[in-house]
Amino acid sequence: MSATTPAAGGFGRKERATLLEPLVANNPITVQMLGICSALAVTTRADKALVMGAGVIMVAMLANLAVSLVRSYTPGSIRIIVQLAIIASLVIVFDQVLKATLYELSLELSVFVGLIITNCIIMGRAEGFAMANPPGLSVLDGLGNGLGYAIVLLLVAFVRELFGAGKVFGFVILPLAKDGGWYVPNGMMLLAPSAFFIIGGIIWAVRSARPELQEKE
Amino acid sequence: MPRLDSPRYTFFFATVVCVVCAALVSVAAVLLQPRQKANARLYMEKNVLVAAGLVKPGQDVGIREVDRIFDERVKARLVDLTNGELLPDGGQNVRDYDQRAARNDPAASRAAPANDAGVKRLPRRGIVYFVMREGKVDQLVIPVEGLGMWGTIYGFLALDRDANTVRGITYYDHRETPGLGGEIGNPAWQRIWRGRRGYDDQWNARITVIKGQAGPPETDPLNVDGLSGATITSNAITRLVRFWLSEGGYGQFLQRFRERGTA
Repeated sequence: MSATTPAAGGFGRKERATLLEPLVANNPITVQMLGICSALAVTTRADKALVMGAGVIMVAMLANLAVSLVRSYTPGSIRIIVQLAIIASLVIVFDQVLKATLYELSLELSVFVGLIITNCIIMGRAEGFAMANPPGLSVLDGLGNGLGYAIVLLLVAFVRELFGAGKVFGFVILPLAKDGGWYVPNGMMLLAPSAFFIIGGIIWAVRSARPELQEKE
Repeated sequence: MPRLDSPRYTFFFATVVCVVCAALVSVAAVLLQPRQKANARLYMEKNVLVAAGLVKPGQDVGIREVDRIFDERVKARLVDLTNGELLPDGGQNVRDYDQRAARNDPAASRAAPANDAGVKRLPRRGIVYFVMREGKVDQLVIPVEGLGMWGTIYGFLALDRDANTVRGITYYDHRETPGLGGEIGNPAWQRIWRGRRGYDDQWNARITVIKGQAGPPETDPLNVDGLSGATITSNAITRLVRFWLSEGGYGQFLQRFRERGTA
């Protein structure tokens, strides 16, 4: 439990790196390859991706905070199950809040909100970062990773909704032929495999632009 | 500070974590439950109104608006599904009747007669919404459900006062494949049900979702356009609509209504 705590308070270089690195340079989806499963499932529409992203950001921040706060009191033998209990409780609370506020969207997200529990990003950050860092920094790490996840989710959802349904956030951009417009949607965009291709394309683009991210042969 | 790895401390810590987490989850569940229930009912009743054409699909209506429309135009009543008898008027409380819960309650339900719609249990009492117009019944809205490709499909079917002509249909809860079977939720497809007939001349439930396109309702009233790439879902819709129109579902009640011209 060696926490390399800098002077309390202040927003120095370390804080900034913790927050900003997961956005692109160490993005959980495109670089760490975590959380792909939900990225396939909830990206048919931008509003779904936004709510899912918000859920992961909140759960990642609060889980990191809680895990970090109790890190010096947690017995090593049960630390994983303690993290899991914390994460699961937070996800259930988020699911309940969603059902009480955005009911119709919660129906469409259905099981995938519950599956935030098993999202490797959150577990990975709790075990890999929050167990060894002070609460403030851990919250920033959760925020950064959640944002990195949400950005990729929104990008994928933007492409899928635009070409699969001619819309963005439910607003018609490309009028569909069946509704009297001209655009014939690509039905595959609404199915999970299209997200594989889009995420693959994003990973390729990010790694081409930043060759240092490529693994050595 | 006790030793972190001693069994006693480990048990103590695990207990504390469990109690704190359990408290957090229970408080959230209890505090939010009333709003969740209200949301679920609002969503369901909104779909009753969409089926009846009183609310447009996708229109954003709140609880107050739905309550107002219900007060003015809609009367919820219960039907004894075993004999089709309309039960005494229960007033606005009928809107709180949870048919899905009743279906799963052994005391309030029975095993469904053999059917191909995937309906296993039937509630004894079924809800029916009378949509009124100038003091007379204008439409009847009944809930329908059945097994689709990936899960149970729930919807509402609005019939004209002849208890035969379809006025509207909605599917508000289903697990069908997005883009294929999921198109049952598409208002454009739901619109083509309008004007079709549920029954043939011998009053057998005959409406069919066919492969390909059906003719206009005037000449081809018993067929509905199929959904391409979704044959299993299309067939499931045929079976479940037929089931709820037949004797096992609301058939007896609809027959009584038809014969007496009133409830």
